[in-house]
Amino acid sequence: MKLRTFNQGGVHPPENKISADIPIKILGVPQQICIPIHQHLGAPAVPVVEKGDKVKVGTLIAKKGTAFISANIHSSVSGTVAKIDDVLDATGYKNKAVVINVEGDEWEDTIDRSDHLVPEIKLEPEEILKKIEEMGVVGLGGATFPAHIKYMVSNGRKSDTLVVNGAECEPFLTSDHRLMLERTDEIMIGIQIMMKSGQVDRAVIGIESNKPDAIENLRIKAQQFPGIEVIPLKVKYPQGAEKQLIKALLNREIPSGKLPLDVGVIINNVGTVLAIYEAVQKNKPLIERVVTITGKKLKTKGNFLVRIGVPAAMLLEALGEEIPEGTSKIISGGPMMGKALNSLDIPITKGTSGIILMDESEAWRREPVNCIRCAKCISVCPMGLEPYLLEKLAEREMFDRCEANAITDCMECGSCSYICPAARPLLDYIRYGKVNVMRIMRERR
Amino acid sequence: MDPVILRSALTLGAVALSAAVILFLVAKRFKVYEDPRIERILELLPGANCGGCGYPGCRGFAEALVKAADEGDISALKCPPGGSDTMAAVGKYLGIEVAESLPTIAVVCCGGTLEKAPPKLGYDGPAKCTISHALFNGENGCAYGCLGLGDCVAVCTFDAIYMDEQTHLPVVLEEKCVACGACVKACPRHIIEIRPKGKKGRRVWINCMNKEKGAVARKNCKVACIGCGKCVKECPEKIQAITLGNNLAYIDPDKCIACGKCIPVCPTGSIAATFTPPQPKPKPQKEHKPETQEVSQ
Amino acid sequence: MNNRLVISLSPHIEGDFKVEKIMWGVVIALLPAFFASVYYYGFNAIKVVVLAVIFCIGSEYLIQKFILKYKEKVTAFDGSAAVTGLLLAFNVPSNIPWWQLLTGSIVAIGVAKMAFGGLGKNPFNPALVGRAFMLASFPVHMTTWPKPLENIWSFGADAVTSATPLGILKEGLNAGQTVEQMVEKLPGYFDMFIGNMGGCIGEVSALAILIGGIFMLYKKIITWYIPVFYLLSLAGFTGLFYLIDKSADPLFHLLAGGAMLGAWFMATDMVTSPMSIKGQIIFAIGGGILCGAIRIFGSYPEGCSYSILIMNAFVPLIDKYAKPRRFGKEVYNA
Repeated sequence: MKLRTFNQGGVHPPENKISADIPIKILGVPQQICIPIHQHLGAPAVPVVEKGDKVKVGTLIAKKGTAFISANIHSSVSGTVAKIDDVLDATGYKNKAVVINVEGDEWEDTIDRSDHLVPEIKLEPEEILKKIEEMGVVGLGGATFPAHIKYMVSNGRKSDTLVVNGAECEPFLTSDHRLMLERTDEIMIGIQIMMKSGQVDRAVIGIESNKPDAIENLRIKAQQFPGIEVIPLKVKYPQGAEKQLIKALLNREIPSGKLPLDVGVIINNVGTVLAIYEAVQKNKPLIERVVTITGKKLKTKGNFLVRIGVPAAMLLEALGEEIPEGTSKIISGGPMMGKALNSLDIPITKGTSGIILMDESEAWRREPVNCIRCAKCISVCPMGLEPYLLEKLAEREMFDRCEANAITDCMECGSCSYICPAARPLLDYIRYGKVNVMRIMRERR
Repeated sequence: MDPVILRSALTLGAVALSAAVILFLVAKRFKVYEDPRIERILELLPGANCGGCGYPGCRGFAEALVKAADEGDISALKCPPGGSDTMAAVGKYLGIEVAESLPTIAVVCCGGTLEKAPPKLGYDGPAKCTISHALFNGENGCAYGCLGLGDCVAVCTFDAIYMDEQTHLPVVLEEKCVACGACVKACPRHIIEIRPKGKKGRRVWINCMNKEKGAVARKNCKVACIGCGKCVKECPEKIQAITLGNNLAYIDPDKCIACGKCIPVCPTGSIAATFTPPQPKPKPQKEHKPETQEVSQ
Repeated sequence: MNNRLVISLSPHIEGDFKVEKIMWGVVIALLPAFFASVYYYGFNAIKVVVLAVIFCIGSEYLIQKFILKYKEKVTAFDGSAAVTGLLLAFNVPSNIPWWQLLTGSIVAIGVAKMAFGGLGKNPFNPALVGRAFMLASFPVHMTTWPKPLENIWSFGADAVTSATPLGILKEGLNAGQTVEQMVEKLPGYFDMFIGNMGGCIGEVSALAILIGGIFMLYKKIITWYIPVFYLLSLAGFTGLFYLIDKSADPLFHLLAGGAMLGAWFMATDMVTSPMSIKGQIIFAIGGGILCGAIRIFGSYPEGCSYSILIMNAFVPLIDKYAKPRRFGKEVYNA
């Protein structure tokens, strides 16, 4: 059977899903954690606790800001607030965070900590929306967009399909894969909750074909739930990008500058679906997530259920390993779109999907040469842009021409830089151009 | 006369005459009136088209000068490469008084050489300071210091700044710099400042932009300013040119007399100057009277 | 851990694609044509090819090292100069004097490539510029072709010259001969396909070029649009005239002269051809029509190299207007 996929662009980096067989383990808590107050897209949250306050797991520590796009943040440990201060984050620049000294592991009474499944959905759609907002659920696919906003119907736009993103197209990452294998029932109920909230009858789960066990698992379970369909997809990066996923599953193309809601679709990551189940049925705010720790030189890899705010170094300790000799790059996220870290002491946030340790043989890029106009970058761009031209224009700071060539459509997937035979830093300059074009557009308004 | 020659001469003559008339009429119809003062002022300007005045090229500046002269006040306009002489000549032509302005120069306020602020991380990407600055805090860990990738060198049209290979810091050439301000705008960390050249080229400045607390700043760079305030105290009472704010000292160039007294008292050595500072006189040793011992006899 | 951690922007992995791989892939694709040329023209073919490659690589190296004073690594050995040398050699007759080849190489590399900034910055195909220069400067030597397979392995023997099929056609038409009279002198289709005809050493064997072209398609070095559309439009244009005048036989035009070599190796040069698929098709169709037009109406017997050079000049304009299809341009109703 021919597998569905998007038809324009895409590359095939080696999958390296070397941690796919390792079940999720629960990671313990350290003595001190540090929760940044800006872990989501939009305005940072505003702290509502002070130094010396006692908190439990699930206590609200930062409320969503006054801006429309913002989210709540809850404590993931019990203990005392040590300080609210500027702390070094992944980039080496400082950002505000709440630092808590851990004492014990007490949870808020309202949270249902039992293991049993809660299949009945008692809340009405508006109440579900309020619950998701209250519990601080954000998109766990990496973009960390506050989840409740996607369900708000506005301007008369209504949705007819829910898409669940189980593609996990980035190499090395396996957290979504393990979730689909181990928490299948909860995911199904989560999907039903989302269908009720968004008032849609149809849900489609897209999974890449390199996860056959997950596809089988979900397909068997989906037979018991009306309206939920599992569709396997061809392995191609960036299959998991929302525009490409919707095109592959439903053959609808989101126009430039518009949202999935404009083609009648609500889309969420599988991890977010689980978080919504736990928020609505178990009253549990978003305080932990599954993170993959992997790397070719590591003797063991792992998928851990980690509390938000735990330093990444704890993941390595939990594996019982030291940083391998020759490690030259530490990546938060996947190798195509992730961030390079300058140490392992940074906290895990809601958007961290994996930590990859890279060896020095792969860490440095090749020397760039002149662009040879081979047009490979054009053939792989999923958005149909011309990366070679955007790079040239951004380098010469001709930002008005960048805007005319739709540089803002770029989703920074990295396919162009990946495939360039001349090893040119295409995405670096495109990002530079994008930042400046958006600044110019803001100044215009 | 041969009829052919006569006919040719008349035809060509008629063509030439009509062409001349058409050109004359067109020139009159499409004539653009330009204030003749602009051309005269253009001759007085250096003609480097550097943009340091803030206008597009010398012609743009000349037009702005004429407009301002009609309003009666050209004090806001300044040509950095031309300096006081050019502005004086322009003022004389336009018949407006121009105040003397001090010669200025670009000053790099960072002392984080390769040796004093050793790199802890490697940067792999295009050699552009703006991109590196947006990505992370820098190879040596200081979020305020020079990145050494040379955006300032690339933008200078006077060849007045170059990157020192040993220290990875930019060096400004005093003879060539006209203080046009291009490097100031190019630096994403705002390390370069336009300061007066000072009497006989003597000037003192704090060679640091780090606003972190002292201990944190010193972890990354040995010559960072730790905001201890010793220089503030040392600056003579009447002058008081140094102020402290955000864990960083700052020398006001308009007040500083370049005496150099603050330089040796700085514990980290983060104050720089264009001359060797006078060493403080060693405190006079007290006469050490040996304890008289009664010699027991 | 003693290593410094590396910080860079994403992506943090690189694909296994290099400029050298592409260039040496083209060299391998040219090998069948090389073997065919050796078969038909013997020792001289080997001499011309080796000399051209050495001259091209040598001029690029010397220019980069001593005239431009490159501080970084010299790019003369990345394969692109070798490709230019091979293509230039394939575009000249096998008895060309070595000093004319040297001049052509220096012009091809020095003027058409390095003067514009090196690989990737040249607007015109370097091998074709070299050939056009040689044709204008040494017209006699560039238009006398030795007969294939005769005296090719003996040293210093006088070569028997013959004209190319296109040359025979042009002379015949100018002399007012009928089609039947010309057909007697022209080689048959099969001979033209395998290369048993007079011509420049690389352009004779359509079979060898086709093998090389298919190899490049398999390795994804080129796309099929330019060669197919170039040949189709050449055949179509001449076919239109074939309906009126039997001397413009489309199949003959496809196999004669440099059409095959031009379509598969010269027009597909990635630096000088358009970037989007729409653009490549426009480029190829324009080139094919021009080639046909020069052959039928022009005073030159051969029009392929000029047609490609003229279309090279249009490439920036084509690139400006023929953009790839952007995602989301057509809106689907939910």
